[in-house]
Parts: sequence; C-alpha cells; structure tokens
Amino acid sequence: MSPLLSVKDLSLRVGEESLLSSVNFEIHESEIFALVGESGSGKSLTSLAIMRLLPDAISVSSGDIRFKNRSLFALPESQMQKVRGRSIAMIFQEPMSALNPVMRVGEQVAEAIRVHLDIKKEEIKDKVISLFEEVALKEPEERYNWYPHQLSGGQKQRVMIAIALACEPDLLIADEPTTALDVTIQAQVLTLLKKIREKRKLSILFITHDMAIVGQMADRVAVMRNGEIVEQAACETFFTHPKHPYTQMLLRDAIFQKEKEEMSKASEPLLVVKNLKVYFPIKKGLFQRTVGYVKAVDGVTLSIGKGKTLALVGESGSGKSTIGQAILSLVDITEGRVIFEDQNLAHLAQRALKPYRQKIQVVFQDPFSALNPRMTIGNIILEGMVSLGIGPKEKTLQDSYIKEILLKVELEAEHMHRYPHEFSGGQRQRIGIARALAVKPELIICDEPTSALDVSVRSQVLHLLQKLQRESGVSYLFITHDLSIVPMIADEVAVMKEGKIVEQGLVEDVMGNPQHSYTQQLLEAAPKLPNLGLTPEDVYNTKE
Amino acid sequence: MIMLTLLWTDIMVWILIFALIAWGWVISRSPQVKKQWHTIFKSSIAMASATVLLFYLFFTLLDSVHLRLAKTSPGQNTEQQYSEMLSLLDIIFSHNIKNTERTYSAPFATHEYVKSIVIDENGLTTQKHLPLKYVSKDDDLLSKSIVALAVGFVLSLFLILIHLFWRKGRGAFVAMKKVLKGEADLPWRTAYLTLTFLVMTFTWLYILSYSYHVLGTDKVGGDVLYHSLKSIRTGVLIGILTTLIMLPVAVILGVSAGLFGGWVDDVIQYLYTTLSSIPGVLLIAAGVLVMQVTMDNNPTWFETTLERSDLRLLFLIVILGVTSWTGLARLLRAETLKISQIEFVTAAKAFGVGKWTIIRRHIIPNLMHIILISVVLDFSGLVLAEAVLSYVGVGVDPTMHSWGNMINQARLEMAREPMVWWSLFSAFIFMFILVLAANLFSDRIQKVLDPRNDT
Repeated sequence: MSPLLSVKDLSLRVGEESLLSSVNFEIHESEIFALVGESGSGKSLTSLAIMRLLPDAISVSSGDIRFKNRSLFALPESQMQKVRGRSIAMIFQEPMSALNPVMRVGEQVAEAIRVHLDIKKEEIKDKVISLFEEVALKEPEERYNWYPHQLSGGQKQRVMIAIALACEPDLLIADEPTTALDVTIQAQVLTLLKKIREKRKLSILFITHDMAIVGQMADRVAVMRNGEIVEQAACETFFTHPKHPYTQMLLRDAIFQKEKEEMSKASEPLLVVKNLKVYFPIKKGLFQRTVGYVKAVDGVTLSIGKGKTLALVGESGSGKSTIGQAILSLVDITEGRVIFEDQNLAHLAQRALKPYRQKIQVVFQDPFSALNPRMTIGNIILEGMVSLGIGPKEKTLQDSYIKEILLKVELEAEHMHRYPHEFSGGQRQRIGIARALAVKPELIICDEPTSALDVSVRSQVLHLLQKLQRESGVSYLFITHDLSIVPMIADEVAVMKEGKIVEQGLVEDVMGNPQHSYTQQLLEAAPKLPNLGLTPEDVYNTKE
Repeated sequence: MIMLTLLWTDIMVWILIFALIAWGWVISRSPQVKKQWHTIFKSSIAMASATVLLFYLFFTLLDSVHLRLAKTSPGQNTEQQYSEMLSLLDIIFSHNIKNTERTYSAPFATHEYVKSIVIDENGLTTQKHLPLKYVSKDDDLLSKSIVALAVGFVLSLFLILIHLFWRKGRGAFVAMKKVLKGEADLPWRTAYLTLTFLVMTFTWLYILSYSYHVLGTDKVGGDVLYHSLKSIRTGVLIGILTTLIMLPVAVILGVSAGLFGGWVDDVIQYLYTTLSSIPGVLLIAAGVLVMQVTMDNNPTWFETTLERSDLRLLFLIVILGVTSWTGLARLLRAETLKISQIEFVTAAKAFGVGKWTIIRRHIIPNLMHIILISVVLDFSGLVLAEAVLSYVGVGVDPTMHSWGNMINQARLEMAREPMVWWSLFSAFIFMFILVLAANLFSDRIQKVLDPRNDT
C-alpha cells in the first residue's frame, strides 16, 4: 500500500543557513504519526512545508513531498489551495489567535465549508451543527451564534478541530494542539482526536514536545533535532528500545527522578499560611464602586518545612500564583495570616517587611520577561543585594561574590558583563535563580519555573534546584500545573481548585492514593509515559 | 572692548548642548546603547542627514552667541558705549546688513527688479531699472565662483583631515584610504561627501555675497540669504527647546500615571484629555495674545527689540511645549502600565527596591526608545508648526527672522506682477532641507530602536 504522504529528502534553508536537512518520513492511511523535538528543531517548519506556507525568506533546497502520489511542490498555487483545507487541514497551538474574534464561531466553520464544498446554503448550517456534535461541543445549535471570547480554551480548540474537519480532509496536521490547555482539557481533546481518527480513518501528523502525549497517541514516532530526524520507529519499540543517544536522553529527562536523600522526615515549619483569603474587588460604574469580589484565594492553609519542597498543583485560574504573590506581600491580603518565623507578614508595613524580603524570594515562569533587558547580568544580581544590604559592600568583593553565585548555578563568571538577550531560555532561568539566591533566602517561591522550557532544559533546571536545596537547605514552594514533575521534586503536595485546597499531604500518599475526586481526575488526565526499556537504575548509571 | 551678552534662549541652547554632550558621554559607557547608535549610523542616509543637521546646528550656535561691541565714537562719556547686540553670524555677515538696497532685486541681479521714475538733466521723466548700489560692476561671476569653490574644497578637506586626526591620530592616512574605498566601519565617505558639498555650496554663497545679492533682496532691500540663515536659529530653537520643555512634563506625568494608578492616574488622564480636546491653535493664539498685551503694557522690561522678540520666542516655545506633551504622555502611560506588569519589576519589588529606583532603573531605560523616537519625530513637526503659526500671525515676533515670517510676507509678493519668488523659494529650500534631513534621520532611529522592528 502506498503511503498517504511521503516526505523525501526535504531540505530547507534561509540564506546560507540550513534549517532542515534531508528529512524523510511517510504517513500511512489512518495513522497517527508523531513528530517530536525541542523548540527550534524544525518540526513546525516541516508542517509548513507540507502546506506550502513557508515564509518567503525560506527556500526549499532539495527534496519532494508527495501526497496521494502527487508532488505537492509541482502543483500550481490554485491547485494547492484546493489541497489546503480540502485534503490537508491544520490545527494550531493557540486557539485564541487562530479564530477571528469578531465573527460567530458557527460562521467561521460555515465559511470553510462554503469555500471548499459545493453544498446548498440551507444545508451548511446543519452540517456545521453536526460537526459541532462530532467534536462534542455541548448545545451545538446555541453555540453556532457564539463569539470566540465566550468560549473556553478547550471549546475554542474544538471549534478549530471542527473547522479542520469541515471539508473531510485525509490528513490533519496538529501543531502542538494541547500545549496551551490545562491537563483535564488536554485529555479530553486528545481522546476526541483519537475518536475522530477511528471514525473517519483520518491520518494525523501530530507535532509535540511532550513524550507522554506521544506515548498515548502515536502509532509511529520520529524524533527531530537541529533539522534532522535522528530516529524513527513504531511507538512500542520506540519507548522500549530507543536507539539514538539523543532519544535516550529525552526519555530520561521526561522521567526525571528525585534523587533520594535521607533527610529527617519531620522538620519544623518555616512558613505557615493560615486561612489565607485574597479577594480582588470588581469595580463598576462612575465612582468605581465595589460591586463584588473575585475570590482568587479562598481560605487556604498550608505549611512548608525547613529544607522541604511543597508543590502547589492546580489548573490555570485556580489561584496558585496568587498565593505566591500573597506570601511575597505583592498583593493585598484580605484575611488570614502568613507566618514566617513567628512573625505575621500580612499587613506589615514596607519598612518592617524588608528583612523578610531577603528571606523569601521568587523565581518566575517566563525567563524572557523576568530579566530587565537593559541591565547586565551582574547588575541584575547586584540589585537585590544592594537593596537588602546582603553581601560585601566593596566593588571588587561584590564582583567576586556575583561570580561565585554564577558558578553555583552552573553559569560562567564572565557572563556577568553580558546582557540577557545573549542567553537561552534555560540560561536565563539560571540567572533568575542566581538573582534570588544572591540574597541568601530561606524560602524560594518557584512560580512555574520550568513550564516555558524544553524537556531536557527543564530537567537540568530541576536538577539545579535540587542541588541547591541539598547544599543550602533552602525550602521551595513549587507552583506548577505539570503533575509529572511533582513526585520528582516535592516532599509534599497541595492540590488547588477554585481558590481552595482540595487535598494535601505527602507526595506518595496524594499521588499514589488520591482521595479527592478532583485529584483523581487530574491524575487520570495527565498523560503517562508507557513503560520504558530503561529502569530508574539505568537512568542513574548513565546520568553524569 | 567686547561684551558677551546672552539672551534667555541662548542660555537654554547652550545648556541643551552641554546636556547633550553629557548624555553622549553617559551612553558611550554603556556598550548596549553604543552598539545601537553604531547601528543607526551604519545607514548612509542617516549619516548624510546627521551631517546636514549638524550643519544647521552649527549656524544655530553661531547665531546664539551675542556680543556687544564697544563704540569707537569720540564721546567724552566715561561710561563705555556699546552698540546693538550682534551675534557671531551677524558679524560674519556684517557686509550684508550694511549693504541694504532700496527695494526688490532678483538673485544675482545688477539692477533693481522694479522700474523707478527718474528725472534726467533735461527734465524728462523716464521709467527705468536703477542699478543696484552694492553689486560688483564687472562681469566676474565665473572667475569668482571658481575661486570660491576652490576655497570651499580646501576648507572641507582641511575639516575632514582634522576629523580624521582626531579620530585616529597617527593612523589618519590609513583610515583615509579605507574611507575612500568605503571600507570603514561607518559610512564616513557619505558623511565627508555631504560635508564637502555643504561647505562648498556655503563658501560659494558667502564669497559671492560680497559682490552680489545671491538670493536677491526683499521689499526694503534686505539680503534674503542673510534672512534665511538667521531664520535657521528660530526654526531649530523651536524644534529642540520645545522638546526640552515638553519632555520632563510628559515623562513625569506619563510614568506616574502608569505606575501609581488610582487617583494619580485619574487626575493626569483628566488633565490630558481636557488639554488635548482644546484645539492647539486656539490655546496658542490665546497665550500669545495675553503675552502681547502684557509686553505692550510694560515696554520698560526690554532694553532692545532683540530682547523683546527673544522673550516672545521663548514664550511661544513654552506654550508649544505645554500643549504638546499630551501625546507622548499618553504613549508613556500605556507603556509604563505594560512594563510595570512584567516580571522583572515584580522581582525588584520582591527585593524591596523603592518606587523611584524602580522608575529610574527599570522603567525609564525601557521607555528610552519611545522618548527618542517621538523627540526626533516631533522636531520636524515643530519646525513646520512655527512656519504655520507665524503665517497665521500668532507665531514669533514680526521683527524676528523666521521662515514663517518670510512666507507670510511672500503672500503679497506672489500676487505681484512680475512675481517676486525668491523669498518664498529661499525659505522653502532652507526649511525643506532641514525637515527632510530630520525626517530621514528619525526614520532610521525608529527602525533601529523600535523593538517591534526586530526580526
């Protein structure tokens, strides 16, 4: 049987720089083919090349793409337009920006049908509604008239899938379709895609960076790195017998393991949060009267032991970041207490707060916005030290102190004279950690520090955080939505939903034997890696 | 005896120049900003327009040093007598001030433009073009031009050599070769060519101005070249001093509105919405009229007409500054709102860094590109605004040299038959070159500094 799509020796370049070099793969009928790789590895470029939607600057230097035994590169543009949408459809990562905000969602689906299919006007609406039913949108007739902003992220992605399916394509290209979604929604969308595949005998080119999703979805897998496919295999053999060292490393990093250290199980609490409430007023009308409150955090109690890590898990909007900001006194606390070393930090004046600013520090999610682009790395680290009066006062001693800190986070000493834009995401995150570390804190609030990073970089940063904890006995409040990393980094875990903590306890207890239905649901939804050929022992032996 | 007397605007210009030099020194220490400016000047258009702008600035500065020369009249007074205030430019062009004709004459003309009634010895009245008083009688335009151009070439060569020695010291001749081949790190060749062209044109005009009225004369016989050159100061001053007044207001109000929020934001927003909903011309006209009346009622405030018109210029600059900060403030408020939500500001707050330090260290540096872009964009707008306002009659003092006043007078001259075109033409050319250079330069700055253009 000839393949539906075959990519042969595809090479792309911009100017002299090669972006893809002889990429080969085939996708058969009703097959899910996963293209895995880290950012910048060329997976999205491959999909754009298939759609012939490459930016002008990028040229195809060699190779061919054949779809149903026709060369796509040989087609005239008018024919290609029929292929797009009609035979090959695409869904994107950001459903928010892929939908037109001023058009009813039903109309947007109808438009796709009108362009490609010859259907009577009256029938189009029925067709849209049946599509909405297929992608499991509730109350499809009513949803037809809604605008994108009225839909949630998951619903928007369903509409996008409906648009893609509208013209009954043979191949669906899904470019990181669930990266922007919460775990539970992600699970629903993935199940939906699988179901549609069964029903329609559709082939899917699934682009992702998440190994666990690959294990769940794919029939065959190709791993990309620096514009090349380094390994290609059927899904089972891929996970049990990865051949290429890079693949092995990716899988190892994906199952990042906690390095077991025997610390005294019970340690005295460093920070206690009691019945914390943070309400944001909703102001309306001419005089900005307060008409109601958004209960971002609604009665949360938790405690973090010295030298321990508490993971705070929840989906977006559950109020987990607000807790972090409340502990840092960056938002006003409506009610409750934040007790750090027997001192209630809530409602403390700025001046009285200053000594505690030194003891509680923060590492942010987005490494690109966390550093001032106009300051050198040295000055960024120095700022907190000067403001809080930590470290030496003399210029030369300060320099050597900063160099020492940079070496501690595995950067180089001469980096202190450079600017943030010269560093990669992972390096910037290290700088962020160095900045927090420079003032010798006792608690670091890590607000999703790894969610913007690639898998391999993520594992490096997590290892670094653990190393620092071992060395200096610092505690972490680790805010995350990624359940897969929780057992590896945390001692305790608290699960948040709608401003409340629904379950908390030791990691083994909560993850192994969840009591609350929401925790069960979260664990259920989280994509899991299939059993690997590597045992955790292998992982240790090959590491470092 | 020479006495240095500075007008208010002179003082402000020189303060601005020293501030610019200080700022240049500060940015030369930051490798990041230095690199940005290097990128700006990598474009030969930017280099050429910067040279033109510097040429204009040079005339402004020449015209911004006012002196009073001691009179050598044989008076018995023990008190030293001083002449009118003269700027360096006036002294350079003193022959043009002195050589006033009777009325209109075209560029390079030898006779007056209009016929006058002459009664000859026989008592007959005839109409004829009278010869001009201060024009050379022999037909030596070509030979003088060649000499002038040669002098200009030597002068510009001299300037270029000085510049090369200043930059490279002993390696000047090697650098010269590189520049000529176009291999230097910056397009110096373009800059030197522009400079040579400007210096040669100017020396040609200057040397010929001794024997001709190169750009003609106006209604009362004043030299148009001299008028146009004097107008440079007015235009450039309005362009840069207004920014100087507007900038602190816009930055302080815009940033505090964005950062502090709450009632501060409300008050500032109210202020600029109100201000920007009043037509600008109305506000300026009202302000100028109030000042006019005050000045007329207090004639003793001013020693000379020059001081009087200078104060009026200063007042116009202040009014323009007060009415034009709203746009920039609005931009800066929005940008500050955005920046203050970015995590590096949160990080600074978590370190207990004070609000003013956050503004100084984190917010202002990230606003600099907006400020710079709007300053250079506003400059050409303000030069044109001066012309429009003077044309309408609410601009600078009618006795002051300005392109707006020249255009205003040309309104009637254009209606004459035959048309008197050279006043308008000179004002237009001088203004056009300045505004064009400023616009080209600001385009380049915007392209380099605006982060949205990073691709």
